[in-house]
Amino acid sequence: MLGLFLDSSTPIFGYLPIVLLLLVATAFPLIALAIGKVFRRSVFDRTKLSAYECGNDPVGDARERISIRYYLIAMLFLVFDVETIFLFPWAITYDQLGLFGLVEMFLFIGILVVGYYYAWRKGTLNWV
Amino acid sequence: MLTTDILIEWLVKIGVVFFILMTAIAYVVLLERRLLGFIQMRLGPNRVGPFGLLQPLADGLKFLFKEDIVPLEADKALYVLAPMIALVPALMTISVIPFGDKIVILGREIALHITSVNVGLLVVFALTSLGVYGIALAGWSSNSKYSLMGGLRSSAQLISYELALSLSVVGVIIFSGSLDLVEVVKQQNSFWLGFIPKWNIFTQPIGFLIFLIAAIAETNRVPFDLPEAETELVAGFHTEYSSMKFAMFFIAEYANMVTASSMATLLFLGGWYGPFVDKFPLLGPIYFSLKILFFLFLYIWLRGTLPRFRYDQLMRFGWKFLIPVALANVVLVAGLALLIY
Amino acid sequence: MSELAKYNEVAEEFATEELVLNMGPQHPSTHGVLRVVLKLDGEIVTDLDCDIGYLHRGVEKICEHRTYAMIAPYFDRTDYVAAVSNGLCYVETVEKAMGIEVPPRAQYLRVALTELSRISSHLLWLGTHAMDVGAMTIFLWAFREREEILKIFENFFGARLTCHAFRIGGMSYDAYEGFEQEVKQFCDRFPTRLAEMEQMLNSNRIWLSRTVGVGIISAEDAIDLGLTGACLRGSGIEWDIRKAHPYECYSELEFDIPYGENGDTYDRYLVRMEEMRQARRIVIQTIDKLPTGAVTAARVPKVLKPPAGDYYHSNESPKGELGIYLVSDGSTQPVRLRIRPPCFVNLQALKKMCVGRLYADVVAVIGTLDIVLGEVDR
Repeated sequence: MLGLFLDSSTPIFGYLPIVLLLLVATAFPLIALAIGKVFRRSVFDRTKLSAYECGNDPVGDARERISIRYYLIAMLFLVFDVETIFLFPWAITYDQLGLFGLVEMFLFIGILVVGYYYAWRKGTLNWV
Repeated sequence: MLTTDILIEWLVKIGVVFFILMTAIAYVVLLERRLLGFIQMRLGPNRVGPFGLLQPLADGLKFLFKEDIVPLEADKALYVLAPMIALVPALMTISVIPFGDKIVILGREIALHITSVNVGLLVVFALTSLGVYGIALAGWSSNSKYSLMGGLRSSAQLISYELALSLSVVGVIIFSGSLDLVEVVKQQNSFWLGFIPKWNIFTQPIGFLIFLIAAIAETNRVPFDLPEAETELVAGFHTEYSSMKFAMFFIAEYANMVTASSMATLLFLGGWYGPFVDKFPLLGPIYFSLKILFFLFLYIWLRGTLPRFRYDQLMRFGWKFLIPVALANVVLVAGLALLIY
Repeated sequence: MSELAKYNEVAEEFATEELVLNMGPQHPSTHGVLRVVLKLDGEIVTDLDCDIGYLHRGVEKICEHRTYAMIAPYFDRTDYVAAVSNGLCYVETVEKAMGIEVPPRAQYLRVALTELSRISSHLLWLGTHAMDVGAMTIFLWAFREREEILKIFENFFGARLTCHAFRIGGMSYDAYEGFEQEVKQFCDRFPTRLAEMEQMLNSNRIWLSRTVGVGIISAEDAIDLGLTGACLRGSGIEWDIRKAHPYECYSELEFDIPYGENGDTYDRYLVRMEEMRQARRIVIQTIDKLPTGAVTAARVPKVLKPPAGDYYHSNESPKGELGIYLVSDGSTQPVRLRIRPPCFVNLQALKKMCVGRLYADVVAVIGTLDIVLGEVDR
């Protein structure tokens, strides 16, 4: 498995620098946090460590059930994002598909628009 | 096979690019503060070093020495993890961004990008959309209501504008026929009538505008800075963060700005291409930086000019305007491509 | 199981709780120490309650234990953004009670300074209001202009914030040398600077969408709630104490009262912008017509003892109608002194304007009400 990564003829070889950069990028915040820990002082104070609510004691917990509207947006995103991703391979091979590709894409986007129109009419896109 | 010299080449490239990126981020912050100062008829920071050039260093030191506060009610593990989740992908996107053609150093041909993969564009999208987890988790783990609202806002905002963002680049892919960013740039290296560069901005201006707007929204900048709207949510998702952890969000935001600017340059403004770049390939990175600087200036200019959207307006603009226009743009560009080829 | 019962069961399972959020007293955009307890459903405000008193200093009670001359400086500290016009209201009340006629030069100087303070107060409102909505540049631009006025104030009063030179019976001293030129200079520069700021906002789609139709209050509601100042005029009611019950030398000066139509945030914004222009017009007239002569009335007794009785006087402060109700028993100290602060009354409209709207609108509406907590809490 590791051999696949190290073989320069496989396409996966090009991802190795990304993994290296991941290590560097992860090391950076860790080192910064570690250095900071040596230098800075920390004094315990219950009031200081309470959650910020404009100087008042927080009322209730912040982790309550949140409004349903956020979930609707998330679901819509899932639906449309998947469909958008389908456009990518189509776009890459577009010069080979030609007119056929255009017509086919019309159908695809047509179906997408129907779903979009439905969501619009149902009022899902209205925030308030 | 993976040989030692390839590994060394990679490490040197990563080291150099990472250093340049961090320096660039530090000085973009300074540039922003100075430019904003001039827009607002004041001087901005000019006391530390000549013209305030050492200000980023002073800021960095300050972040290091500040007390790191973890609220008692917070979910400790996630609270520490969240800024790292935001920062690491933001720094990683630079790996697939090409900033010049091949140059020859010490008899060795070196391509001016850390790596080139055939789905470079998707890698960038994948990494940038990971950043939302950092923000959402920061908002949730702090157990503060302002943070929570900032986190929720930003999740909804980022996913909404991501659709328009990905739709707007479909047109570019139709022209380039590849997701490899190097290929995308190379396709723009010719001229119409001998002098108009074949940049994608000229063939698909609508796509460019959609990309630009969505990119500004994705980076949480004015006028889409709702997740951290300081006059409403105090500081939004990073209300409870201090010291180095706050700095991480800060760096991530500016790294994302640099990434978004580079993407706009690569996809629409012909990347590193400019006059005489064929003869002197070293000019490539310079042109590339100048184009990025233009977009960064735009970011700062907008911040000095525009008020902030309201939440429902933001959603309406994203879902009811940008997405339909982006879809229409895909159809338009596809038709145009059929005519040209 | 009936449909309704099924629905209720589902609704209960997916019920979301309202988020109770304390906005203030330590919040960037509650303009001081106002505390608003909000109930939020997602981003929508379902209920709202104002909690005031964080800046209460008991000014009214203190006044009962001070002589009439000693009370005057306390009024600079109620609405500290427009100290001049607040101080004016108090000295006018006592003058009214004692029947003192102020010499014309003092009247003109008072009006000039009061109108300058109106501009300065409105500039501060413009800056913070724009900042609340997210336009940070306007904030600094407005403060730059305000600085020019504060320089004049510093030369005149010796103070920038708690300006105080009005005495019962006139002024405590005459204008300094060069006062007229400095004011003229400011008035020459001001319109272009104001136009610049207007250009940044009026043509801005985001600014319009954040203010038009936000925080609407109808004319009837505005009257019922007792709103005054730009909050009332924004709803289309032409009411200004300077015209309705002229005091000082306002009846000799030409100026218009701007008023809006829809009573939304944008109309109030336009009204205040126009008020600044009208205030500049008044200042120029007072400087041009400035009479010569004494600045203190000839016969002001050393010990001030207004005759026993009740007195009410109000003037048009930058925020609205500022009234003072004075009960005197003929001694050197008032029995009761009650302030009718425009900010306190205007703040009542917050709930009516915000419930059912978005959280971000609360911030915009607090900005448009133009409150100063020093005056709300007194």
